[in-house]
Amino acid sequence: MQDHPPEFPSDKASQDPAALPRIGFPDGRPETDQPGWRRAFPIDWDRDQFVSRRDFTRLMILTGLAFTGAQFGVGLASLRAGRARPEPKALARVEEIPVGETMRFHYPGPRDPILLTRLSAGVFVAYGQLCTHLQCPVVPRPELGRLECPCHNGWFDLAEGRPMAGPPRRPLTRIRLEIRDGVVHATGVEERTA
Amino acid sequence: MSPAEDGHTPDQRRILLDGILFLVGLILMLQLWLLTGTMEAFLGGDLEILWPAALASLACQALNLGLWRCLDQMEPR
Ligand code: FES
Repeated sequence: MQDHPPEFPSDKASQDPAALPRIGFPDGRPETDQPGWRRAFPIDWDRDQFVSRRDFTRLMILTGLAFTGAQFGVGLASLRAGRARPEPKALARVEEIPVGETMRFHYPGPRDPILLTRLSAGVFVAYGQLCTHLQCPVVPRPELGRLECPCHNGWFDLAEGRPMAGPPRRPLTRIRLEIRDGVVHATGVEERTA
Repeated sequence: MSPAEDGHTPDQRRILLDGILFLVGLILMLQLWLLTGTMEAFLGGDLEILWPAALASLACQALNLGLWRCLDQMEPR
């Protein structure tokens, strides 16, 4: 039969301050000088900070790994994109488009809207209709000499497709054109950075 | 590794950790910059820059993994 309850090591430690593990408190004072609530929940501040910073650093390194993966993903996507050469396509007869007018077609695929504008008797330009900011369809304003994106009020100049105002930084995709036998043909797509 | 084994006091270890944290943050920002630049170039049809940028990002990551190893050898106490 046992006379005394079993003694736990923690009971001993609580009686003898010297036996307590050294814990770093925020104010730097020893545990015996800490208020009761802090002694009841003795968080080792130094250790806690070290561990959380170390884990945060690891998280950043893993984030960097994701960035590198994405970087290679873009590289692989470029291999696929680089190989595809769109076929030329007849868009419209020259006389079907009056000077200053814009018509909408799809090129190179059925989901790629483009805008063909006749600037003067012999000058045609065509651009992808999707804004280079966040892909909203741009609206032609030939009377003002520009294409406008209604989403965030981005403007592109009609003659070159370059951004004039608003959030877009890249020019619109340019569609290469050729006029053969009185018919305007789209012959290629030109992505541009500037 | 115990403090006696790596020979650093907790304060020294924290300073080392802060240094590593700073470097990793810097490298991460560089990687983010590379990625946004690469995306811009890709969407703009400039494909030449993509692989050099990917290799640069890989080099940054190798550096970061080296720093990770240093971190792994450091224990809080
Ligand atoms: S989507 Fe065109 S300006 Fe934002």
